[in-house]
Amino acid sequence: MIGNLFTEAVLVGILASGIRLATPYLYAAIGETFSQRSGVLNLGVEGQMLIGAFAAFFVSFTTGSLWLGLLAAIISGLLMGLAMAFVSINLQAEQGISGIGFYLFGLGLSDLLFQKMLGTVETVSGFRPIYIPYLSDIPIIGDIFFNQNILVYGAYLLVVAAWFVLNKTTIGLKIKAVGESPEAADSLGVSVARVRYFTVILGGGLSGLAGASLSIALLNVFQQNMTSGLGFIAVALVYFGGWRPFAVMGGALLFSMVNSLQLWVQVLNIPIPSDFAVMMPYVLTIIALVITVQRVRPPSALTKPFERGH
Amino acid sequence: MKHLGKILILLTVAVMLLAGCGGGEEEVAAPEVFRVAVVMPSAINDLAFSQSMYDALSAIQAERGADKFEFVYSESMFVVDDAAAAIRDYASQGYNLIIAHGSQYGSSLQEIAPEFPETSFAWGTTVDTFGLDNVFAYEARAEEGGYVMGVMAAMLSESGIVGVVGPIETGDAKLYVDGFTAGVTATKGEAQVNANWIGSFSDVALASEAAQTHIGAGADILTGTAQMVVGAIGVAEENGVLWFGTQSSQTSLAPSIVVANQVYRWEVVLKEMISLIEGQTYGGQSFLITLENGGLEVEFNSAYALPDEVKTAAQAAIDGIVDGSIDPLP
Repeated sequence: MIGNLFTEAVLVGILASGIRLATPYLYAAIGETFSQRSGVLNLGVEGQMLIGAFAAFFVSFTTGSLWLGLLAAIISGLLMGLAMAFVSINLQAEQGISGIGFYLFGLGLSDLLFQKMLGTVETVSGFRPIYIPYLSDIPIIGDIFFNQNILVYGAYLLVVAAWFVLNKTTIGLKIKAVGESPEAADSLGVSVARVRYFTVILGGGLSGLAGASLSIALLNVFQQNMTSGLGFIAVALVYFGGWRPFAVMGGALLFSMVNSLQLWVQVLNIPIPSDFAVMMPYVLTIIALVITVQRVRPPSALTKPFERGH
Repeated sequence: MKHLGKILILLTVAVMLLAGCGGGEEEVAAPEVFRVAVVMPSAINDLAFSQSMYDALSAIQAERGADKFEFVYSESMFVVDDAAAAIRDYASQGYNLIIAHGSQYGSSLQEIAPEFPETSFAWGTTVDTFGLDNVFAYEARAEEGGYVMGVMAAMLSESGIVGVVGPIETGDAKLYVDGFTAGVTATKGEAQVNANWIGSFSDVALASEAAQTHIGAGADILTGTAQMVVGAIGVAEENGVLWFGTQSSQTSLAPSIVVANQVYRWEVVLKEMISLIEGQTYGGQSFLITLENGGLEVEFNSAYALPDEVKTAAQAAIDGIVDGSIDPLP
């Protein structure tokens, strides 16, 4: 029975679905990487995703334009990020607590808007897989990598972009400086508040996109609480990846691949109890987390509000 | 002086009120209003479990009239503690019947119900009334409709592979899937049913990926239960794979591929409970919705052209289950 897993169709299925499943994690976790690198822990990711998912769905549903929906998701995420930035930078709130507050706000508001403005579960025709000449035709590889929708490609390009910004640009240097030693950055004339506003708002916008990738690209429905804890896993993946974009992507892919593997394990009737199969991605992630977390150190100023002269 | 003015106004108002009450002779006793409160784990429009209860209460209200039957609800109560607080609040507000629509609310109900002996409580899906005489229990024999769907699925499948997307292997989800599997194998022995339990009632993304997996494994018919299946229905529609729904009608989501739905009609058992409560019996009994009592209904999607012989076989399965000649859980 186990042998059934190693056929071409199954392996292609596992990889292609792992790549799809990783998409929302990537947007949310890369956004979170920026904000944590600058020293702000944003636990409201899940709430931002829900608002983004609703905004994208509602606007696409009413206007018929997926691009307007995408824009609405980004804008609503940016606004949620702005609010989070104000609370954690200007008001210097305890970030763990205020983040949970933003999560609950997003959960409640998206549900309320869903009930009042849609009233029932509807569907939209979301972003379709894009055919790329030549690449999509490559056997196996084409099916796995080049038969996906635009938001899937965007997520992986984002990882490269995030790596570039953090490691090769001045703004990346400023972000890391602010997250490691805000006092030193401040004394060199870098505005800690401005950098953190930038990263937290950016993180919000990307979380909004993560929501949109669910509601108008992968699932094409909106349902209350449809993210179902995904935003919190994204935060865990940032720790898992040691605040480095490519490692975060590795974590997201590992988690998603194991998740799609367990779906196949059940479908192929391999005699493992379903409860155990469902646990697999979480157990593996925890094990990997325990191994990796000892090697990397979080940004020194993570969760610490900055005040001049302290 | 100011105070005096206020007192005068108050006195005047009081006199006017008393005068208003004076004409008591022509006032008839207010019609007895039956008040129901329900606590549900998901939204009233989830096209699944919670919606089935909301639709049932709406049906009863339409029948008895809004002035004689009122109901209020708390939806999306996935935190059991919040649900318990809501149940207690409703009980202290004197509702006639409080429904805890979810087996996860059982232990809260067991604790709260004895404090309000004059209030009737109901919970499901279960048969356990905790031996309390103010608790009713209700359950759906989901395997009955599941069997009928399975018969149709086996006849419609060309690949002989059928996929199931389920939440957690328990309760009416398990009954439905077991009945469905029995229906498929009884009709086409060599057909294969692949079940996938995703471990969640809300993870729409994983439900959708489970459907992709089934299609990748060759399934050309899908079914599933609980509110996260909306993700799977979308995938089925995209791939032109047929879908069988349960709990509520899911036809509106994908009219071209939904063949039939097993719809829960809780009003059948709710009406029995209400008449018992009106006769001062507040609980102690458990109820089932079945194909026989009309609490379960196999609703065909008129927009889908179901071949006559499949429909005939489905009707034969329904009749067989009702008269007892078919056991949906062999």
